Amino acid sequence: MARAKSVLGRYALIIIFVALIIISACLSDVFFTSVNIFNVLRQSAMVGIVSMGMLLVILTGGIDLSVGSLFALSSVMVAKLQNVMPWPAATLLVLLMGLMLGMINGFLITRAKVAPFVITLSMMSVARGLAFSYSKGAAILVPFSSFELIGTGYVGPVPVPVCIMVLVFIIVAFMLERTTFGRIVIGIGGNEEAMRLAGVNTNRHKTAVYMISGFLSALAGVVITARMGVGSPITGEGMELDAIAAVVVGGANMAGGEGNVLNTVLGVLTLALIGNILNLLNVPAYPQYILKGLIIAVAVVSRRRSELN
Amino acid sequence: MDTILEMRNISKSFGGVKALSGVSFSLKQGEIHALVGENGAGKSTLIKILSGAYVKDHGEILMNGKPVNVRTPRDGQALGVRVIYQEFNLVGSLSVAENILLGHYPQDRGLILWDEMYEKARELLKRVGFNIDVRQKVSSLSVAEQQMVEICKALSQEASILIMDEPTAVLSEQELSTLFGTIRKLASGGVSVIYISHRLDEVFNIADRITVLKDGKTVGTVSASEVEKDELVRMMVGRELAEIYPNRSSGGKKEILRVENLTGAGFSGPISFTLNEGEILGFAGMVGSGRTETMRAIFGATPKTGGKVFVEGNEARIGSPQDAIDAGIGFLPEDRKRQGLVLCRPVNENITAASLSGISRAGVINTEKETAEVTKYVDKLKVKTPSIKHLVGNLSGGNQQKVGLAKWLMAHPKVLVCDEPTRGIDVGSKVEIYKLIADLAKSGIGIIVISSELPEIIGLCHRVLVMREGSVEGELKGKFSEEDVMMYATGVMAN
Repeated sequence: MARAKSVLGRYALIIIFVALIIISACLSDVFFTSVNIFNVLRQSAMVGIVSMGMLLVILTGGIDLSVGSLFALSSVMVAKLQNVMPWPAATLLVLLMGLMLGMINGFLITRAKVAPFVITLSMMSVARGLAFSYSKGAAILVPFSSFELIGTGYVGPVPVPVCIMVLVFIIVAFMLERTTFGRIVIGIGGNEEAMRLAGVNTNRHKTAVYMISGFLSALAGVVITARMGVGSPITGEGMELDAIAAVVVGGANMAGGEGNVLNTVLGVLTLALIGNILNLLNVPAYPQYILKGLIIAVAVVSRRRSELN
Repeated sequence: MDTILEMRNISKSFGGVKALSGVSFSLKQGEIHALVGENGAGKSTLIKILSGAYVKDHGEILMNGKPVNVRTPRDGQALGVRVIYQEFNLVGSLSVAENILLGHYPQDRGLILWDEMYEKARELLKRVGFNIDVRQKVSSLSVAEQQMVEICKALSQEASILIMDEPTAVLSEQELSTLFGTIRKLASGGVSVIYISHRLDEVFNIADRITVLKDGKTVGTVSASEVEKDELVRMMVGRELAEIYPNRSSGGKKEILRVENLTGAGFSGPISFTLNEGEILGFAGMVGSGRTETMRAIFGATPKTGGKVFVEGNEARIGSPQDAIDAGIGFLPEDRKRQGLVLCRPVNENITAASLSGISRAGVINTEKETAEVTKYVDKLKVKTPSIKHLVGNLSGGNQQKVGLAKWLMAHPKVLVCDEPTRGIDVGSKVEIYKLIADLAKSGIGIIVISSELPEIIGLCHRVLVMREGSVEGELKGKFSEEDVMMYATGVMAN
């Protein structure tokens, strides 16, 4: 019995995920159409991409609250810069900016030894403020070019944003499973002092995960801008919470050292599915928040209980 | 005296590791009963079962002849069991009185009755024969005073059994006699005391009866007045000293490490010494004498403020552990849980942590090579683990320490510093670790062993440096005794 319970706990997320799919299919005829499925995936692409950076950060025992603001800053920058340079240059510049701001996060956290929560909280405010200042508070139209294919194009039947998301999943999964960098990142979250005494430059690795997180936030910002055709300073509000929720629902330990890509992906998709079902059922936006919160709590609590047993 | 507590055939396993098997223990009213045994003998586990921190697998507990069910710390408290752990559970920013009555403040409709609280706290302090200002912040007290606050806290609720886990580890001679006075006073007032210690002198001084645990089993219970110290040691260790320590090879002649005028945080120094290849050099001294700090400075774990380190005659510029490892120095830290291992990760990831570049190319790990290498060391060190993917946190202390050693063996150091290498592990594993250290020395590695256990220092090392108050007080080699070491360590004799 106890064993059955613990198995149930371990696979709670998959069970909830499958249950959600079945419920969706029963509730709505259109759920299992490829249009709807790719829609869900495309909508979850931004959070999906950002959640991978968040996963790396959380694995080290940190947190990055600045992702949503970096996302917005990237969005307005990539839109406005296209007025003065070709879109590939603008995109590259914005991605570099994501790396840079992530590096500032990492640098302050490791050298000034301030809690990641506090540093990235101030970066959250600074980056949002930069986004508003740079755009003068208004949405910026993207000049017409092939740039929009990043958001609206397809590879075969698969939307480009979904391809980008899957590519990010694969790269981060490979990083964590097979590279020394991944080993060290997870080890730092498990016991930073032990890794330092094993000869690891822990500061450099911690800085690197914030850079990756900044880079992926910027990448997601580029994708959303290409998809919408506008750069918006208000986009990505609360995105940090969605990304953290996906990582946590995916079973990562907020203290670091535990978590993986597959489960985080399941976390992203579970959250996306919940939103989709509620939309298909025409549930208004406000109760959606309540239900989403409750489902996150149930998923996390059931897993935690199985660990305790 | 009436028997108030009986624990019969208590067993407890963690994962696959049996911590207690069929332990029995009884306690009389007003008795001071010492519980002794080597680290890992099961003392703490037994106490935690009695206090409700752990739930027993088998056996029964009777209090005043009636079976009781202790499943949570709350159950233990309801039965009057109070534990004072080695690490205090005090809130430094609160006053003495607030700490003593923590969680049980006298109150009236949510408002704290301060006068009553101070009065109660004063009474309790008086009961243990102690006098300090109850309004004082706990953080401003000495360790001994804090201990008294802990005792008062334990007594603030009805206590029938008081358990003290290694209470004297940090006390001075005089503080000790105050503490013993308090304990005797409590016992004569009807409180039964379980006193855990590995210091035999103390045990003979304070206890009425002594129960010896070894490898999770009861060896026996004896009356303190009817047993000789030698006899007790034999009960605890269960074997002769000669069987424990391996044969020493003679150390080599070639110098492998030289430290010159080293100074740094936590030790005044300047410290200079040399180490030859194949030599086992002991660092003895009291806790706090600066041994660990010296080694951490050599290893680059904390910055040094002056001095030079030479490995094989070449100066090694060490500013970080990374530099030290590159120079060929390894460091097995004293606290394997906090500093040595990543407990939430598997055996393989821990063993390869210091040699990732050796099993990877362009940052990508060669998993086949990793498995082969890790398996080699797991076999060589006889690490008992279900698989190399098993979490290190689920292994026994001895096996965890072997994983820590394997990590450093895999990094192929020329010099290996082992800080308290056998702390908290069972005797069987200790013997294996000693043998491993001796074998490593035979293979040419220079080894430094920091240990607070004198028999270990004497049994294992070719040469011993004794530290006191941050500098090296003396050097011993050839034949020397525990007394020789203690004389330097306490400053009775200086070079």
